[in-house]
Amino acid sequence: MSIHVEHISKSFGEAAALDDVSLEVESGSLTALLGPSGGGKSTLLRVIAGLDTPDSGIVRIEGEDLTGTPARERGVGFCFQHYAPFRHLTVRRNVAFGLEVRRRPKAEIRSKVDELLELVGLSHLGERYPSQLSGGQRQRMALARALAIEPRVLLLDEPFGALDAQVRGQLRQWLRDLHDTLHVTTVLVTHDQEEAMEVADRLAVINHGRLEQVGSPTELYDRPANEFVLTFLGPATRLGGRWVRPHDLAVHQAGDAPAPPGARQGAVTRITHLGFEVKVDVELDDGASCWVQLSRGTATDLGLEPGQRVWVASVESPEPVEPSDPSDAAEPTRSTLLHA
Amino acid sequence: MKDVKENRWRLPLRFGVLGYLALLVVLPVGTVFYRAFQHGLGAAWDAFTTPDALHALWLTLLVGAIAVLLNTVFGVGVSLILARHRFPGAWLLDALVDIPLALSPVVIGLALVLVYGHTGWLGNWLAGHGITVIFSVPGIVMASMAVSLPYVVREVLPVLQEIGTEQEQAARTLGAKPFTIFRRITLPNIRRGLVYGVTLTTARVLGEFGAVAIVSGAIAGKTQTYTLFIANSIDNLDPQSAYAGAVLLCLAALLVLTVLTLSDRGREAWHRKAPA
Repeated sequence: MSIHVEHISKSFGEAAALDDVSLEVESGSLTALLGPSGGGKSTLLRVIAGLDTPDSGIVRIEGEDLTGTPARERGVGFCFQHYAPFRHLTVRRNVAFGLEVRRRPKAEIRSKVDELLELVGLSHLGERYPSQLSGGQRQRMALARALAIEPRVLLLDEPFGALDAQVRGQLRQWLRDLHDTLHVTTVLVTHDQEEAMEVADRLAVINHGRLEQVGSPTELYDRPANEFVLTFLGPATRLGGRWVRPHDLAVHQAGDAPAPPGARQGAVTRITHLGFEVKVDVELDDGASCWVQLSRGTATDLGLEPGQRVWVASVESPEPVEPSDPSDAAEPTRSTLLHA
Repeated sequence: MKDVKENRWRLPLRFGVLGYLALLVVLPVGTVFYRAFQHGLGAAWDAFTTPDALHALWLTLLVGAIAVLLNTVFGVGVSLILARHRFPGAWLLDALVDIPLALSPVVIGLALVLVYGHTGWLGNWLAGHGITVIFSVPGIVMASMAVSLPYVVREVLPVLQEIGTEQEQAARTLGAKPFTIFRRITLPNIRRGLVYGVTLTTARVLGEFGAVAIVSGAIAGKTQTYTLFIANSIDNLDPQSAYAGAVLLCLAALLVLTVLTLSDRGREAWHRKAPA
């Protein structure tokens, strides 16, 4: 079911958490609200769920204006970052909760809970308490609990935030598969751009309470609307005053060949080997510095060493982004440097 | 790693502590038990079952039931307000709840008499409507409630703050109404703290003397609670009744301690298995 958020603003005291945000989430899609911590994305999710009330604006689900509807009547499945398990209830009773408060017949509840536990792979753990589960199992229990009420939309707040890296990877794939099975409209909040790009069909980048850009992962990566989106979505460096992706840069030893058009000269300051990826820092003659991302093979062929004179040139740069206020740019993301 | 010096002091320290407890608690309480049963079980039973003793017992149980029930409801309510809402003056409410912990019960009793006594401004109005508070059961209940006010709040509030609101929010999104959330989510989560608080409240109410002595008038067979009955028996040179009464209160204390110990263990186990 589609979600329409129209001109939502919300502030906590002085601080504006959401500033005139409008967003459309297509029915059956998996959308990630992506942005740095404190940017307002969780608030937007809570506003959609009815857990927070916006100061102004409208929330519609499948066209129906739900702005004034209490959370319990919205038919929204919500998973909290720390899962909010009912600690005193078994896994089964946790999952059954939404059906029990709806006073569904016992037999129906039993079969529905069986079905959901099967779906999330917890059938054998139904009589356990949440404290006896691992983080990933708790997460899946929370999902089953949210799905039990057959929600119109599923909202996940930092679904993988509290898990260790390995489990996180597995659960991402699992969630993607689950979504492809159920096709329930899903919105998830994350601050991890890699996670968002891997799991979601569409990304909505939110920063300082404002919606920066919405689109498919490829669109946003290749055609970022502004410097913030560019720097937040992937590695970025500057060459000749323009932002480029470091893997879109080529390095040549100075003197090997005539300098390609637009190339800049400089000296290699550092070479960092990160597995398959090699990061080359270059101090340019104009005083700026940039870095280039190479594959290990390319780096070996070039035979680069610190101190060497090199040309750096842009290989292809679909639509380079003109720098705006430098403070707007996200820090070149460390996670992308390390993920290779 | 224990050094030699610590070992040398360990034994004297143990005897010191044990001796201290023996002189202050074990010996006196033991003597009360000895005296109570000195002339045999029959004599003790007779002392238990005099009309005044039975009436005092009944009154104490009645007052206790009302005071504990009301303070439980009030305590949970105040805890919910303090834990879940931010409002100006919250700190004042928080501090006011603690007053009975710091203030002498005699002062609380006196203050109640000033307000609700026949010459007090509220008492006068109530008397005009045929309601007597002071020297009557309502006054005893009020005094008991006043002195035992903080216990439920002090046990339940930290638990509420610790569990946070996420479970309640999750229940909301799953379609539960506020009272359902309270009954099915909040209450089970605070249950252990609540048991602890209610038990402490009960102990305080059963043992209260000062405040009740002032507001009740201690009329035998009418407004005499169990502690007042014991004190009165001593004054009336009827030590056998006093000993018998004291033994009953000791047994009540034992029951209280048992409940507290069990609930403490439960709480530890609860914390051990609580998700990180």
